Amino acid sequence: MIRINCPVCGSRDENEFTYGGDANVVRPAMDEAETGPWLDYVFMRDNPRGPHREYWHHVMGCRQWLMLERDTLTHEIGDCILARGVA
Amino acid sequence: MGLLSKGFSGLRVLKEGLTGNTGWTPHWRDPEPKAEYDILIIGGGGHGLATAHYLASVHGLTNVAVLEKGYIGGGNIGRNTTIVRANYFLPGNSEFYSHSLKLWEGLEQDLNYNVMHSQRGIFNLFHSDGQRDAFARRGNAMINQGDDAILLDRDGVRKHLPYLDYDNVRFPVYGALYHPRGGTARHDAVAWGYARGADSRGVDILQNCEVTGIDIEGGVVKGVQTTRGAIRAKKVGIVVAGRSGQVAAMAGMRLPIESHVLQAFVTEGLKPVIDNVVTFGMGHFYISQSDKGGLVFGGDLDSYATYAARGNLPTVEHVMEAGMTLMPMIGKAKILRSWGGIMDMTPDGSPIIDKTGIDGLYIDCGWCYGGFKAVPASGHCFAHLIATDRPHEAATGLRMDRFRTGYGIMDEEGTGSQHNLH
Repeated sequence: MIRINCPVCGSRDENEFTYGGDANVVRPAMDEAETGPWLDYVFMRDNPRGPHREYWHHVMGCRQWLMLERDTLTHEIGDCILARGVA
Repeated sequence: MGLLSKGFSGLRVLKEGLTGNTGWTPHWRDPEPKAEYDILIIGGGGHGLATAHYLASVHGLTNVAVLEKGYIGGGNIGRNTTIVRANYFLPGNSEFYSHSLKLWEGLEQDLNYNVMHSQRGIFNLFHSDGQRDAFARRGNAMINQGDDAILLDRDGVRKHLPYLDYDNVRFPVYGALYHPRGGTARHDAVAWGYARGADSRGVDILQNCEVTGIDIEGGVVKGVQTTRGAIRAKKVGIVVAGRSGQVAAMAGMRLPIESHVLQAFVTEGLKPVIDNVVTFGMGHFYISQSDKGGLVFGGDLDSYATYAARGNLPTVEHVMEAGMTLMPMIGKAKILRSWGGIMDMTPDGSPIIDKTGIDGLYIDCGWCYGGFKAVPASGHCFAHLIATDRPHEAATGLRMDRFRTGYGIMDEEGTGSQHNLH
């Protein structure tokens, strides 16, 4: 069981959360007309084996979007902050 | 004489049985890497070994090596739920999996190897009027593709599967889409059979040979670096499933892939009780019984990016609950083991067999949680692409640029073409 340290609710089980994907991708400007930046944002992923910065939604808790560091090999959780401050 | 000395046959088994089983030999060699090959296949799983087999047997290309970081058959091909089917809906997938099932049906003769392909039939259960309509539509698509599908009502299902909980209050069984040509195969034997097929035609299978770098000069692939030394090659194919992201990164590429874990479970051996493959339409659960008697079943992804080849308990609990809801009779069976395999998930849940932006470098990936059934066609079509530089007619839909253009995206489940939705 992964335990996520929600800054609002404290340490909670993974099944209260929904994984929201890679937090390193950056949405292009809305008037971006080239397909390349949108391809990179929507579909392409680094998919690292190790530290990964990612979004989780505490959907069964405070309903806040969180951004946290998690190791994709060990499932070790690092810093966890509210996503609205950074995304 | 070949029948008695080299190939497998009833006569050979009899002869060996009568002479102390002293004549069996290893099914493939363990050669030293050569300095150069025409073609390197990175990844000695089912897809990579099948690719090598078809390069040799269909295209006559035998100066080929398969590079495997561990031992062949030690990855997802050695740990899966062994289901073989051609019940896809969308153009692109439909003809590809149809092609694969036809290859399965001739595979044992082609390989002279018993892969225990068992067309025991698959029942996809439905539990509502809406789901019946969707399955009828899928069945029509399968029939249009030339495959088989029969829509069964509740009584029709009961004749085959008397042990289901038909009157479950929440999820009553309305019927099933029955796919008689679907079934299972012995997963390890598929890897071994393809390895033997490739090796016997001259392909070198190099185990404990991890690729650590891909050499590219001026946009052209020149070879690879491995833990057993540098190997030059004119063409390189990447077919490494869950590790696609890492190997592609060696060539400076990003992929539309995120790796997730899929768990599966097997019970102690039981007497024959489940004759077919059964899938629950209202929870993540599907099951069959292996020839050893173990109930083999699985569910959905754990649904977060991971390379840890183990799952977590919430998914275990869901799978067990779904199984008990559908067929309470399995409740006393003891789970013998569970495992987690790393799945190369694409945003639309459909695979990629394509060239890359680098000359001579090809990639076969994105099999999500459905790679086993695809092994023959994936190998067949990837070999065709590498040998001829043109996609095989059954794999024209499996192109990487569908994500750039938005045209031809194959979201089979209709859940949306984004990561984490499949």
